[in-house]
Amino acid sequence: MAEKLGIYVCHCGSNIAGMVDVEEVARWAGKQIADVAVARDYKFMCSSLGQQMIEEDIRKLGLTRVVVAACSPHLHEKTFRRACANAKLNPYLCQLTNIREHCSWVSTDREAATAKAKALVYAAAERVKWQQPLEPMPVKVNPRTLVVGGGIAGLQATLELADAGYEVYLVERSPSIGGHMAQFDKTFPTLDCSACILTPKMSEVGQHERVRMLTYSELEEVSGSVGHFRVKIRKKARYVDENLCTGCGICVEKCPRKVIDHEFEAGLGYRKAIYTPFPQAVPRIPVIDTQACIYFERGKCRACEKVCPTNAIAFDQKDETIEIDVGNIILATGWKMFDCRRLPQYGYGRLPNVYTNLEFERLCNAAGPTGGKIVLRDRKTEPRSVAIIHCVGSRDVKTNEYCSAVCCMAALKFGHLVLEKTKAKVYSFYIDMRTNQKGYEEFYQRLLEEGMIFVRGKVAEVTDAARLPSEHGQLIVQVEDTLLGKQRRIPVDMVILMGAMEPQADAKELGLKCGISCSMAGWYTERHPKLDPVATMTDGVFVAGVCQGPKDIPASVAQGAAAAARVQALITKGTVMIEPVVASINEEACSGCRICNNLCPFNAIEYDEDKGVSRVITAMCKGCGTCVAACPAGVISGAHFSNQQILAEIQGALWDANPNGNGLGGDGHASSAGDTQPSLVAG
Amino acid sequence: MKYAYYPGCSLEVNSAAYDVSVRAVAEELAIELEELDDWNCCGATEYFSQDELTASAVVARNLALVDPELDQLIAPCAACYLNLKKTDHLMATDPEMGAKVNECLAAGGLKYEAGRVWVRHLLDVIHDDFGEVAVRDKVVRPLTGLRVAPYYGCQVVRPLSEGDCTEYPMKMDRLLTWVGAEVVDYPCKAHCCGGHMTQISEPQAFELIRRLLANAAEAKADMILCMCPMCQLNLDAYQSRVNGFFKTNFQVPIVFFTQVLGLAFGLPPEKLGFGKEIVPARPVLEAKLSSAPAGAGA
Repeated sequence: MAEKLGIYVCHCGSNIAGMVDVEEVARWAGKQIADVAVARDYKFMCSSLGQQMIEEDIRKLGLTRVVVAACSPHLHEKTFRRACANAKLNPYLCQLTNIREHCSWVSTDREAATAKAKALVYAAAERVKWQQPLEPMPVKVNPRTLVVGGGIAGLQATLELADAGYEVYLVERSPSIGGHMAQFDKTFPTLDCSACILTPKMSEVGQHERVRMLTYSELEEVSGSVGHFRVKIRKKARYVDENLCTGCGICVEKCPRKVIDHEFEAGLGYRKAIYTPFPQAVPRIPVIDTQACIYFERGKCRACEKVCPTNAIAFDQKDETIEIDVGNIILATGWKMFDCRRLPQYGYGRLPNVYTNLEFERLCNAAGPTGGKIVLRDRKTEPRSVAIIHCVGSRDVKTNEYCSAVCCMAALKFGHLVLEKTKAKVYSFYIDMRTNQKGYEEFYQRLLEEGMIFVRGKVAEVTDAARLPSEHGQLIVQVEDTLLGKQRRIPVDMVILMGAMEPQADAKELGLKCGISCSMAGWYTERHPKLDPVATMTDGVFVAGVCQGPKDIPASVAQGAAAAARVQALITKGTVMIEPVVASINEEACSGCRICNNLCPFNAIEYDEDKGVSRVITAMCKGCGTCVAACPAGVISGAHFSNQQILAEIQGALWDANPNGNGLGGDGHASSAGDTQPSLVAG
Repeated sequence: MKYAYYPGCSLEVNSAAYDVSVRAVAEELAIELEELDDWNCCGATEYFSQDELTASAVVARNLALVDPELDQLIAPCAACYLNLKKTDHLMATDPEMGAKVNECLAAGGLKYEAGRVWVRHLLDVIHDDFGEVAVRDKVVRPLTGLRVAPYYGCQVVRPLSEGDCTEYPMKMDRLLTWVGAEVVDYPCKAHCCGGHMTQISEPQAFELIRRLLANAAEAKADMILCMCPMCQLNLDAYQSRVNGFFKTNFQVPIVFFTQVLGLAFGLPPEKLGFGKEIVPARPVLEAKLSSAPAGAGA
C-alpha cells in the first residue's frame, strides 16, 4: 500500500499560526510521517489559491491521499473535498483535521500547542491511508414540507411554500394558530393593529388548499434525513369531531364551567372548559380542557353535547398518532415568557398592580378582558402614573445574559398607549435604549416628544413599604438614576415588567428529535451566525423566528420567508446527494438475530423475513455506528469509520506520548519530497 | 450530627439571648455544637477595609481551629458568618493571598486549607438539612396567631447566600410558617439596619431604623425576628431614641428567630433568653400565645 500523501497546514491568518508553529508542523510532517509526498503550510488554505495548490499537487505529484490541518470540518470539509474532486481524487480520500478550535484557540502554550497539532496531523495521516473512495447517493426530495409552530414565522414560511405550489403540513401545539402575535394589541413602530395584519394570514393558511393544519398537535418523532423525513405527530384529543363541528360556538356559550385563562389572556381573563382561545381562532373548532371540564371531573354534565347541533362532541376521542413523509422541516417554535416571580424584588405575584408585559398587552387590547381600558387590578381605577421596567430577566447574569431585543420598542409602544388612553405619567426605567431598526429611533424620538419620562438605571426594587406619608398606597420604584448620579424613589400606581423572551421549555428536546442543537441560552443553533442564519447543521432542517434567538415581528417574518426559500431551492432541484457514510450488513454472515433492528435510533434497519437477515436502509442511515458496535457477529461495517481507520487514527494521535516516534504505524521515513519542498510562505 | 460552633463576641454579651436560644434549639434538633477552643474576634465589618491580609489572618485562625474531625462550622452572628465565609472564599480564589495567610498562621503553629470547612448559618442548617417535615415534627406549641416580621438584614443573604434569593429571601419566612407563626410580608426584610452608622451620624441611622419599625408596624407584626446581633441591637436598643427623634411611638419587640423557634419546640421562655430584650416581648407572647395550651401536640 504505497500511498502518496499531501499534508497541508493552514495558518488561518494568525488564528492558528499565532499559537502553533505551523511551518514546523509542515516541516516535521514531511520528514516524520511515512508516505508523505509533500507537506506545505499556507496563509489561508481555504482561499482559491490554497485550493489550487492542493489541486495542482494532486495532478502533478499524483497524490492519492490529502490531509488538511485547518479549522472545523463544519466550516471547510466540503471546500477541501471539492478541491480534491476537482483534481479527480475521490473526496472521501481527503481528511480535515481541526487544529484551530481543537488546538490553537484553546491553548496558551505555543510549544504544547505545536506538539498537539503534530499529533492531530499524524492521526489524520495514519487514518487517511485506510480511507476508501465513496460515492454520495442521490435521493429524491419529497416536495412536502413540515412547519412546526403556527406563530408569525411559521405562518409566513407556510404561506410562501403553499403559494409557490408545494404542500405544507403545519403543526401547532395550541388549539389555534396565531402564536404570541395574536395576543398583542398594536405593533411597533407603526402602531398598526396586530390582529388586523395577522388574522388575514391565519385565515389564508386555514383555507389554503395546499396546507394541512394539525393544531393541538405535537411533533413526536423524526426519522430519515434530508429529502425523505418520516415524522410522527401526536394529535391530542380535542373531544370535538373536526369533520362535524361547524364552529358555531354554542357549546362554548352553554358550558357551565368558567376558568381563568392562563394562556391566551395571560391570567387576566376567563374562558370556558370547552373553548377556542380567541374569537378569530383558526380553526374555529373548540377543544375541551379535561382539567377543567365538569364531565371529566365528575362524570356528569355533557351540556355541550346536548346543545351541539351537529353531534360533534366526542368524549371518547383519543390521542391519535399520524405519520407523514416530508422532504424538509422548518422549526418555528417561538418562545415563552420569563417567569417574573424569579425576581421577587419587583413584587410580581405579591403586589397586585405589578403587571408583566404579556398581561399589559391583553389589558390594552380592545378585544382583551377590559375592552382595552388601562385600569388597575380592581378593574375600575385608571392609573395616574405607570412605571415600565426594562430588562426584567434580560441582560442580567443571574437570569439571562442576552438582550431580548424587542422590549425597548415594546416599552415605547406601551408608553404611547398609556399616554393616548389615560392621563397618567409614564416612566421608563432602562439600562440602554435599543432602537436600531428602520423607524425605531424615530419612534423613540416621538415618545420623548409625547412626554414619556426616561430614567436611566436598573431598578433596585418595587415596594409597597412607604417611607413618606405621600407614598402610602402606591408602589415605590427605587432606582439609581445614573444620569443624575442619585438614588430616586418614584411612587406610581402601576408597574409593568418587561419580562424576557426565553426558549420554550422543551426546545432542547425537540431539537434533539430533529438532530439540531441549542446555544448555551437555549436558542437553536444556526449553521452559520452570519452567512447561514436559517439553515442548521442537519441538512433539511431549518429554523425561523424567535426559536433561533430573540427578534421582533419583521425579523421573524423575514426568517420565515428565508427558510421557505431555502426549502424551495431543494424541492426545485429535486434530488440531494446524501453522505455515503453509512453502515452495511454482510448478508452472507448475518445470523438474523435482529439485535441491531431495535438499537438503530433512526429506524434505518429492516428485517428481511424471507432471507432471515437484517438490511440497512441506506437512505435513512446516519452512520452513527451503534449497530456496528452492537453486532455480536461483527458483520456490520461502518463506511468511513472502519476499525482499521479508527485504530490507525488513535495510534497517530498517540505520537506525542511516544516522543521517539518509533513504535508507531510507520517508521517515519523522511520522504524526499518533504525534504526538498520548501514552505510556500518561507519562500 | 456534630458541628463546630463559633459564637463570636456579640453572643457573649449583648446577644446572649441569641447564644442560649441557638444552643437550646440545637439541642432539641439533636445538633451537637462543639465550641472552638480559644476562638478570637472575627474583625467585624471594619477590619477588612483597613488591611486585608491581617483581617483575613485573624479570621482564618478561627477556621484553622476547627476540629479536624469536623467539616462544618455554625456561626449565628451575621458578621462572623460573612467574614468566615469571605476569608475561606478569598483563600480559595486567590492562592497567593491564601499562602500569605498561612504564613501568618504558621507563626502560631496553625494551618488552614481553603475549602476544608463549610461555614454555615443555623437558619440554612435547619431549613436545608432538616426541612419542613422534621421541623413540623418537633413543634409542640404552634405559634398560631403570632404575627412575625422576618428580618434578614444584609450580611447573611448577600453576597454569599446559600440558595436563598438575595433580594427577597424566604427561608426564615418558610421556617416560621412551619412552626405555625403568621408571617407577614415584610418588604424591608433585607434592607439595612444602619449598622455602625448609629455611632457616626444618628439622623441617618435613625431614619433607617424608623423605616424598618414603621413597615413592621404597618403590617401589624407583633414582633420583628432577627438573625443578626447588630440588627437586633439597633432596632431594640435605639427604638426609644428613634421614637423621641421622630415623635413616634413604636413598641415593637425585637428578638432572635431562634427564640420563638424554641417556644414552638416547647421550651420555656426563660431558657430562651426572653427578658433580655429592651422592648419587652413578654406582653405580646402572653396575649398571643396564652390560649395555646402548653404541651399540645402539633
